[in-house]
Amino acid sequence: MKNRSLVSINDFSKEEYIKILDIAEEFEKQPKQKILDSYVVATLFFEPSTRTRLSFESAVNQLGGSVIGFSDASSSSVKKGESLKDTIKTVANYSDLIVMRHPLEGSARFASEVSNVPIINAGDGANQHPTQCLLDLYSIRKTQGKLDDLHIAFVGDLKYGRTVHSNVIALTNFNCTFHFVSPTELKLPSAVKRHIKDKNLKYYQYTDLSEVIPTVDILYMTRIQRERFSDPMDYEKVKNSYILNKEMLNGCKDNLKVLHPLPRVNEINEDVDDMKEAYYFQQALNGVYVRQALMAAILGVK
Amino acid sequence: MENKDTRKELVVSALENGTVIDHIPPKSVLQVFKILDLEKHMDQVLFGINLESRRLGKKGLIKIKNKFFKIDEINKIALVAPTATLIVIKDFNIIEKKQVEIPDTVENIVKCFNPNCVTNNEAIPTKFTLIDKGELKLLCHYCEKTTAKDNIKFL
Ligand SMILES: [Zn+2]
Repeated sequence: MKNRSLVSINDFSKEEYIKILDIAEEFEKQPKQKILDSYVVATLFFEPSTRTRLSFESAVNQLGGSVIGFSDASSSSVKKGESLKDTIKTVANYSDLIVMRHPLEGSARFASEVSNVPIINAGDGANQHPTQCLLDLYSIRKTQGKLDDLHIAFVGDLKYGRTVHSNVIALTNFNCTFHFVSPTELKLPSAVKRHIKDKNLKYYQYTDLSEVIPTVDILYMTRIQRERFSDPMDYEKVKNSYILNKEMLNGCKDNLKVLHPLPRVNEINEDVDDMKEAYYFQQALNGVYVRQALMAAILGVK
Repeated sequence: MENKDTRKELVVSALENGTVIDHIPPKSVLQVFKILDLEKHMDQVLFGINLESRRLGKKGLIKIKNKFFKIDEINKIALVAPTATLIVIKDFNIIEKKQVEIPDTVENIVKCFNPNCVTNNEAIPTKFTLIDKGELKLLCHYCEKTTAKDNIKFL
């Protein structure tokens, strides 16, 4: 993985993501190691995403590396009309690795082609966000002790949720059974289902959340956004049907964990937060270890 | 007098050395011109639009003197002119005749239909992989979205 960019989850093989997860485990035990003290990581956030940026910056700082960059395109030369190519080429002169988030789809792939340092995609529009996917795999493996033979439910907006799409595609490398819970309007696209069929894995579709709870090991919740519905009445009809509360978890499997990419709006009731099934805050923390592992692997120090 | 007329006709119809692209859909002739960058060809280029064709009803045709194409170069026109036939002529003889074929990668000919794709917002040449020949589905190398036959627009 040394010197390679990570733009899309498909850029790395199954063995490579397992390697990253293994290194992340080491960082979880010992997150402060001065192994990046001669390295500069640039974080270029052409659109703001405080959560993701802080996770990357914390990951670099704990390893003794330095961070340069910007958190919002309005405060940079981008606003003066500089091309993406020029910005990337300039920043590549000053850094060993570039982490970028950009509102346009394909921007990170393009950056990886013009940059002479590796690029980590921290989100390119609605397209890819591979480090979210890696931290989700890490959280699943950590809570279940394995990635194979699991029953995994994805709940909410399965049509537009890029996180769901990349997680499903990555998980088809393992022998999982998928359970998809969504309103009819927001079903998983057939292009993503094709990946499951290609691997001869099983999937089931539901519109009722409570139906799936007793059978699954992982319940991956996502947000349903009003603007995804062409008819506001359709949103009103479904908006409360995909909210998880404490009572609904009665009768779930003992090992069940609830995941969510955060931020949540109201799809997980706060009464779930203190239950042993709630894992979403730990999940976000795992993002730091996974990003440390990824950067260390790409920079060739692990 | 008679002799002169015959000669004039020959200039238009026969080609000593070069390439004839036949069976182009009439509407696509100018696009083919553009894709092959024929404006820059320093020798004679002749073209016809709405010529009669048994196969297509009406067709377009382009003759390019002293020009021979590489296969990759000529296959670029298959997206706009899938019916086109390539005829290679040397010393007034047809030495090769073949159908164009859609290439596996399509570079800088088609626009990505996704308005939020980086190629529609920065000066970046487009690049697609042909994922379905029959239905003509092109996967964008950058935004990873599929542009299908009905959405294809040329640059
Ligand atoms: Zn595109």
